[in-house]
Amino acid sequence: MGKGVNHRDVDRRHFLRGAGLATMATMATRFSGASTEAVERFLATRFAELSPKEVEALLEDLERDFSRRFGKEISVEATPAMDDVVFGYGLDISRCIGCRRCVYACVKENNQSRNPQIHWIRVLEMEKEKGIDLAESNAYYDPEQVPEEKSFYLPVACQQCRNSPCTRVCPVKATWQEKDGIVVIDYDWCIGCRCCMSACPYGARHFNWAEPELPVDAVNAKTHILGNRPRMKGVVEKCTFCIQRVRNGRYPACSEICPVGARKFGNLLDEESEIRYLMREKRVFVLKEELATKPKFYYFYAT
Amino acid sequence: MLILFGGIGLVTILSIVKGGADIERHEGGGLKAFSPEDFPEIEWNDPSIDEPGAAGLDGTTEAFKVAPPPFSEDIFPCSECHADMEPDVERRVLEDMHDDIVLDHGPKERWCFDCHNADNRDRLRLANGTLIGFDESYRLCGQCHGTIFRDWRQGIHGRRVGYWNGAKSYLLCANCHNPHAPKFKPIKPLPPPVRPEFLGNQ
Repeated sequence: MGKGVNHRDVDRRHFLRGAGLATMATMATRFSGASTEAVERFLATRFAELSPKEVEALLEDLERDFSRRFGKEISVEATPAMDDVVFGYGLDISRCIGCRRCVYACVKENNQSRNPQIHWIRVLEMEKEKGIDLAESNAYYDPEQVPEEKSFYLPVACQQCRNSPCTRVCPVKATWQEKDGIVVIDYDWCIGCRCCMSACPYGARHFNWAEPELPVDAVNAKTHILGNRPRMKGVVEKCTFCIQRVRNGRYPACSEICPVGARKFGNLLDEESEIRYLMREKRVFVLKEELATKPKFYYFYAT
Repeated sequence: MLILFGGIGLVTILSIVKGGADIERHEGGGLKAFSPEDFPEIEWNDPSIDEPGAAGLDGTTEAFKVAPPPFSEDIFPCSECHADMEPDVERRVLEDMHDDIVLDHGPKERWCFDCHNADNRDRLRLANGTLIGFDESYRLCGQCHGTIFRDWRQGIHGRRVGYWNGAKSYLLCANCHNPHAPKFKPIKPLPPPVRPEFLGNQ
């Protein structure tokens, strides 16, 4: 299969190189302000098919690009998945108070566009009396204080499905599931068709409708190529469990900021991990189980 | 035909006007985009962890760090004042010192010496008479809150910071819960996301 795909890519590359590299480069530079390196990247191959050497070159290229743009050193890593690790997330909805600290910590950590605003986490407010009812939920609640007596809160981000509809519908295979279960996007390969957004039953994917606005002093300089590196207009993005942190052993940013400790994270293959403990001992459910997407994001009640 | 078009026009105008009314109704939130930078009072990233070596935390050691007890300034050691004082075990309203403490923890009969030790104020006292330090206060809390103590030790109750596969820091119960009034006070939520219809107006 790999051979066939490669063949097509070579054809595409040859075609583009031969037919109109010069024109395209000029046009792209003139109209989008992109550097020639960015154009080169566009003509390159999919991230998943790059050789280690090519990855190295691409990372350096990106680091140079970003460092120039932000006027400070930006690191872009491509830390691979660890062996024998599949990530899972637990969220205690008996504790969540709906304060949205996680939403903004995520924006800070993952370099989302400040304007137009992109949030990877959406906290839904629901009525205790009615129970979980996504259709009636409210993401725009804004009382003086939370939690409100009548309400409970359900933060929703990418559920990192094992059976992920988003990756299946991508016409260019720009999104896929990594070995450690994180669903990632190759921003350089994404064509912005937004099929994945309509396929996702959780509204977890977000589109850069305009050139993302990311202030220089707000940028998180520690980035991963498939995660929080600065994005461009016209690509889709989503939660990656903070791939730049968790592949280096750290907890995701949302779980460290949570003032009530409602967010849990760990290795699903490790029986001693926090996530496995809560799956064993607590009442656990997944969102829209009936769709058989098999999320790795588990909601639980600790009380 | 004219009436038909007129009707459609009217409906369109009405829906636009109604859209205007929607803006009024949305005044609660979702009109304006906020950034994390708008909330400098919140520490978004614990800087001590960003430099793993500095905090004694990195992926290689299995060490667990427990945060120090959250004493008010200059309050510890308690013996500094209490050493020269005769213990008064009488239940009473405190007036000269500690009058800021409002006990709202379980039954009304709760009293200082249920947890604090009368003879040596620098220690806490378990129900069986064992004296423990303030840095081990979780043992005291765990006497009543057994299931939560169990979850806390497993990392299910409370916040952990650090490495999911290695060293991490815990918080003591008292770092989050005021031991004298442990129920969480409500807080102000950060602003809601911008409603899609206002995304372009920012």
